[in-house]
Amino acid sequence: MESSPLLFRALYMDPHGTSIFTTFSTPGNEIRGLSFFVLAITGGIFLVVSALLIHVLVRYRARPDDDSEPPQVFGSLQIELSWTIIPILIIVVLFLSTARVLFSVQDAPKPKTALDVVVIGHQFWWEFRYPQFGVVTANELHLPLSTREAPRPAFIKLTSADVMHSFWIPELSGKTDVLPNRVNEMWIDPQSLGLFRGQCAQFCGTEHARMLLRVYVDTPEQFQQWIANQQRSQPELNGNGAGFGNENSASGAVRPVAAVSSAPNKVAGNTSGNQNEAKYGQFVFEHQACINCHTVSGTVASGRYGPDLTHLMSRETLAAGAAENNPQNLEKWIADPDNFKPGSLMPAMHLSDRDNAAIAAYLETLK
Amino acid sequence: MATIPLEHSNREVPWRLPTRGMVAMTCLITAESSIFTIFVVAYLYYLGRDVQGPTPRQVLEVPIFYTVCLLSSSFFIWLAEHAIEHSKMTAFCLWWSITILLGLTFLFGTGMEWYKLSVHDHLTIRTNLFGTTYYSLVGLHASHVVVGLLLMCFTLIFAVSGGVGPQHAYRIKTLALYWHFVDAVWVVVFTVVYVVGR
Amino acid sequence: MGGESIPVGRGIEVGVERPARPTYLEVVHSWIVTVDHKKLGILYICNGLIFLLVAGVEAMMMRIQLFFPNNTFLSPFTYNRMFTMHGTTMVFLVGMPLLFGFGNYLVPLMIGARDMAFPRLNAFSFWISAFAGLLLYYSFIGGVGLSGTGSAPDVAWFAYAPLSERAFSPGHTVDYWTVSLLLSGIGSIGTAINILATVFCMRCKGMTLGKIPLLPWLYATLSFLILVAVSPLTACQMMLMVDRYLGGHFFDTQAGGSAILWAHFFWIFGHPEVYVLVLPAFAAANEIIPVFSRKAIFGYPAMVAASVGIGFISLGVWAHHMFTIGMTSFGNAFFTLSTMLVSIPTGIKTFNWLATMWGGKIRFELPMLFSIAFLFQWVIAGLTGIMLSVSAWNWQLHNSYFVVAHFHYVLVGAIVFMIFASFYYWYPKMTGRMLDDRLGKLHFWLMVIGFHMTFDVMHFPGLLGMPRQIYTYEPDRGWTLLNQIVTVGALIQAVAILIFVYNLVHSFFRGEEAGPDPWDAWTLEWATSSPPPAYNFAIDPEVASRRPLWDLKHPEDPDSAFE
Repeated sequence: MESSPLLFRALYMDPHGTSIFTTFSTPGNEIRGLSFFVLAITGGIFLVVSALLIHVLVRYRARPDDDSEPPQVFGSLQIELSWTIIPILIIVVLFLSTARVLFSVQDAPKPKTALDVVVIGHQFWWEFRYPQFGVVTANELHLPLSTREAPRPAFIKLTSADVMHSFWIPELSGKTDVLPNRVNEMWIDPQSLGLFRGQCAQFCGTEHARMLLRVYVDTPEQFQQWIANQQRSQPELNGNGAGFGNENSASGAVRPVAAVSSAPNKVAGNTSGNQNEAKYGQFVFEHQACINCHTVSGTVASGRYGPDLTHLMSRETLAAGAAENNPQNLEKWIADPDNFKPGSLMPAMHLSDRDNAAIAAYLETLK
Repeated sequence: MATIPLEHSNREVPWRLPTRGMVAMTCLITAESSIFTIFVVAYLYYLGRDVQGPTPRQVLEVPIFYTVCLLSSSFFIWLAEHAIEHSKMTAFCLWWSITILLGLTFLFGTGMEWYKLSVHDHLTIRTNLFGTTYYSLVGLHASHVVVGLLLMCFTLIFAVSGGVGPQHAYRIKTLALYWHFVDAVWVVVFTVVYVVGR
Repeated sequence: MGGESIPVGRGIEVGVERPARPTYLEVVHSWIVTVDHKKLGILYICNGLIFLLVAGVEAMMMRIQLFFPNNTFLSPFTYNRMFTMHGTTMVFLVGMPLLFGFGNYLVPLMIGARDMAFPRLNAFSFWISAFAGLLLYYSFIGGVGLSGTGSAPDVAWFAYAPLSERAFSPGHTVDYWTVSLLLSGIGSIGTAINILATVFCMRCKGMTLGKIPLLPWLYATLSFLILVAVSPLTACQMMLMVDRYLGGHFFDTQAGGSAILWAHFFWIFGHPEVYVLVLPAFAAANEIIPVFSRKAIFGYPAMVAASVGIGFISLGVWAHHMFTIGMTSFGNAFFTLSTMLVSIPTGIKTFNWLATMWGGKIRFELPMLFSIAFLFQWVIAGLTGIMLSVSAWNWQLHNSYFVVAHFHYVLVGAIVFMIFASFYYWYPKMTGRMLDDRLGKLHFWLMVIGFHMTFDVMHFPGLLGMPRQIYTYEPDRGWTLLNQIVTVGALIQAVAILIFVYNLVHSFFRGEEAGPDPWDAWTLEWATSSPPPAYNFAIDPEVASRRPLWDLKHPEDPDSAFE
């Protein structure tokens, strides 16, 4: 458990690319097959028309000394009919093959073994919920492998908390737009392990370019492990308002219920110095505006405007892919988000370096 | 440069082309219909989707009288067109004035309705979807009525001062076409807002 | 501008005017107060050219930013303004003025009329469009905006709601976008009314609708499209203003409003708009290809039917911009079919052009060179359009650089190339001088090389998953080298266009004298001097066929015997 972030990291050294022609999921595969068919037809049309054009240009170019006018031809019904009828036939073929894929992908029935996922787009990050497990996380989606013998497709509902976004992982499927006040649906059945990447594909404001997506396709066992980890909540390190001089601290006033049920969280590899730093960091975190936007399940922090941070350390990147998740970047991000993502909606709180370091140390405990 | 005997021109068929004014007014009406269609579509799409605030059924009263006024003004303007075509300038001024009066009555009715809705029913353009789409659609129509009335008032002034004569029948018909369009739009708006929407 | 006229039909022109040289102020004044369709046409064209250069600079800025991943040449705030302004400018301040400019100049001449139907409305339309352009660009300096980077619009040229609502764009960027486009739209509708009234009501004797050249036919079609399609944009901008200024909820999703409604309304405008932009390219091809193949256009009735058909069908395809937005499968299927149907009349036109050239004697002058490039590029653009119409495949391609490559293939490869062709063809008529041939050939080859380097290659980042409207990208996606090639191609095109602009200016003073009919063409504008006198034709022409000058030049084989 303590080394789970490292375990995940080791598996995903070689992330997948983002080509629409190398796909690992049924919707993506169907689209790819259709695209090859369409390319073949359009390629053929291109060759025929280009050949005609080149032929005409060569054969009917004006010769240098010839000033006479060629015979004037005004039209021909048969010829014109032929190049009306043939395109109609081609269209019929193209349309029918498109319709087949369209209906089979968009109207696919949902099997009982399907995994439910809810995607909520925000400016400029992704919220992911697993309603079957009560898990809320951000930016990095984990899905179980789906095979023919053991199908486990993910049926995804998408909506937005603010403006229009678009969820796109090219090697898994086509994109689906993410709209406020509306729920769209899509599904994917990832057939290969690994890390798949994508990003927001509908301009949504200043940092649209850095609203990246990471989808980790795990074995079913790894997926269950990940879910179990995400379900744990985090403790209040400072107990009942102890320390740091505030008798009536908010962290003491509320007794988080979940703290009783979760396994005790070992802060990995720390000395008591680190643990003090983390405690102080949580104190600052809970007394600044952080908790207004962020949730750390099991503590008093229950803001919903920004990403859920309960298991921040289980993620490989920060800020929807804007930076790698390591201690230095984390501290820089907390100090001023504009360091990585100017235009991001998280404000720079202008805390002291000491406070920033402490908060980072606290967040480093959220595995 | 020789000239060619153009055989086709020997037939004495008069060369007739449509009139510019009518073509232009038809084009304008096409464009305006397109704008109104979008507002009507928005109105219909948002019916029943309010999360709060007054609904059409709760607050709208069918404005039968004012509708009759506006639609009958089309009849009177037709009488005016007929009069000027037959050089009856006094009759023209009479029917034209009645048209304007009926249009003004309609506007008055719209004003009364808006007063009731905003003051008594607390429905403004920012209250909810119904408020937004209702005031926009009916307001867009009313603005077209205002423009039509303004043009007609100018015409009346010119007519009374002797500047308009039977030779301007064509221009009067063009303006009347605009007014008929405004009335036709009201038929659609009335149906959508007061019949279908309630 | 005095000059002589060539006799057409019955009648001999003798008037020759040579007025005294006017003062500088008188010249400027005459241009400001003019209602002459020719002068307004030139004003529109100059307006369009200036904004072409400005939008080109915006494009180069973006291409420099995208040369390296994680580049810091432009901030995201600036970059987002660049692509918004580039798109908005190119469509509304370059495309529309250029097409109105050529239409204004040519339509009355081609139908033997003295001017447009409503000359003062014409002037009003021009000046309100010009003002709209100034207003849009004032946004750069009119206040520092929320991020200190000015108030230029930054919500993409289609300003999707609710991003463009006050909640998410609290500054004035969207306001500049809305108001200036509203004004420009009024100008467009005015010109559309004018063109339709002119084509229907001002034709010279004998010129039935079946005898007008194809250019007026296509301009009438696009004018009808403008009436029906620009109005929805006006409507949804009014709605956006109600939301932003009066607290309305048209697109306010918090109050139950709908983002998808904006998308529908915008694309009901947006798709016919691109046909409005491309029909003039077809119109120019319809005039140029026959003249330089020395044959009449093949299948005039089919060309008319196909062009009008394209206009009508284009009104029913808009949601192919929305395949990913979550329509039902039936909706997606419908728009797939309607979009594919557009390719049928388009194919008819393309094959008819080929058939016009078949059996002809093709002269490779500059207008024809650009037209040939247009033909080749138009076919490719249409085929990538077919690929995009396949809704399932569209789910991968939408909002990627594949789409950007496709529409630039249409806008640059087809439309801009035909604008160049139109310039080389009609500049002699407008100014009395030929454009320099050597500079023209240099312009042509640089454009071809640069265009293909940029826009052929640009398809591939799209296929590799690169979305559009992003100010930077990750280095490990395999997009870097492709972006660099695209940028180099853009630079080459920039050089080509600068050469062209130099040619325009240089030839105005030093170009070879053109005479009334340098291309040995057949439509009525070539029956006037170059440039034509203010009144166009001293005596109203009378025609008996679609090619009146062919009839004059070939009395032994007149078209009127066949039509």
